[in-house]
Amino acid sequence: MPHDDHDHPHALLPPEPALRVKALETILTRKGLIDPAALDEIIDTYQNRIGPQYGAKVVAKAWSDPEFRRALLDDATPVLSEMGFYGRQGEHIVVVENTPQTHNMVVCTLCSCYPWPLLGIPPGWYKSDAYRARAVREPRRVLAEFGVELPKGTAVRVWDSTAEIRYLVLPMRPEDTDGLSEEDLAALVTRDSMIGTGLPKVSA
Amino acid sequence: MSICSDHNAPNPVFENPWHAQVFAVTVALNEAGRISWSDWAARFSETLRRHGLNRELDGGDDYFMAWLETLESVLAEQETALPEEIHEMRAAWEEAYLKTPHGMPVRL
Repeated sequence: MPHDDHDHPHALLPPEPALRVKALETILTRKGLIDPAALDEIIDTYQNRIGPQYGAKVVAKAWSDPEFRRALLDDATPVLSEMGFYGRQGEHIVVVENTPQTHNMVVCTLCSCYPWPLLGIPPGWYKSDAYRARAVREPRRVLAEFGVELPKGTAVRVWDSTAEIRYLVLPMRPEDTDGLSEEDLAALVTRDSMIGTGLPKVSA
Repeated sequence: MSICSDHNAPNPVFENPWHAQVFAVTVALNEAGRISWSDWAARFSETLRRHGLNRELDGGDDYFMAWLETLESVLAEQETALPEEIHEMRAAWEEAYLKTPHGMPVRL
């Protein structure tokens, strides 16, 4: 620990909001409305288990299996549930496919709805006012800031998530990846490529 | 301004432990059927909108402050946790921290 005992004769006081959260937790636990063990489980799930690797697995499978891809684009929610990816909030997941004609990008203009079961907790920038406001207003400039330059002929379509519908972008499969296994393909799929603010990595 | 100066850096999922805690409390209440997610999203959106009127929220601490404020107001309305209760419990925790020798676990 960086602190010396003589600087802090008592336990370090947490920041104000942390005390308020602790108060809520204690009240709700004492009333039997939440279980501290369940809270730990939720935190562990989102902190350590669920993350973009799940989405990457889905994308790699869609790149490899045309029938799976069709089913996914047609109605993703049951297909994903079968793979064990379903929303704890009962939301629907819609997969939107990038093509040479259309590049898709996902935002939640009102808060920060996001496909948790496939990507985990959104990064800070996804929750920022700057992204939420500008993704719709000037998507090409935002993309440029992320280092994504699209061909002139490619249109950008922005999808605004809601509590009920969350979007996942199915990026275009990179060139020169014929014969790669699903596992190798999944390694090329970045989180940002599934939000639409990035492209998959180029095959090594 | 640039949104994504560090978008390739690996970020912790939750920047502060209390972000994770307030998130987990909300998800737990939703799973217990005490808060519907669409209501939650509508309420939370409204808080974010109000907080964002005078300044630009960066999606970090300010985002979870809005989250906490929303949760407190939903619980107050449901009379699940009243403001006085929260205030008293918060004070009890503060006192517990101040009375606990450094390095010892803090208990109420």
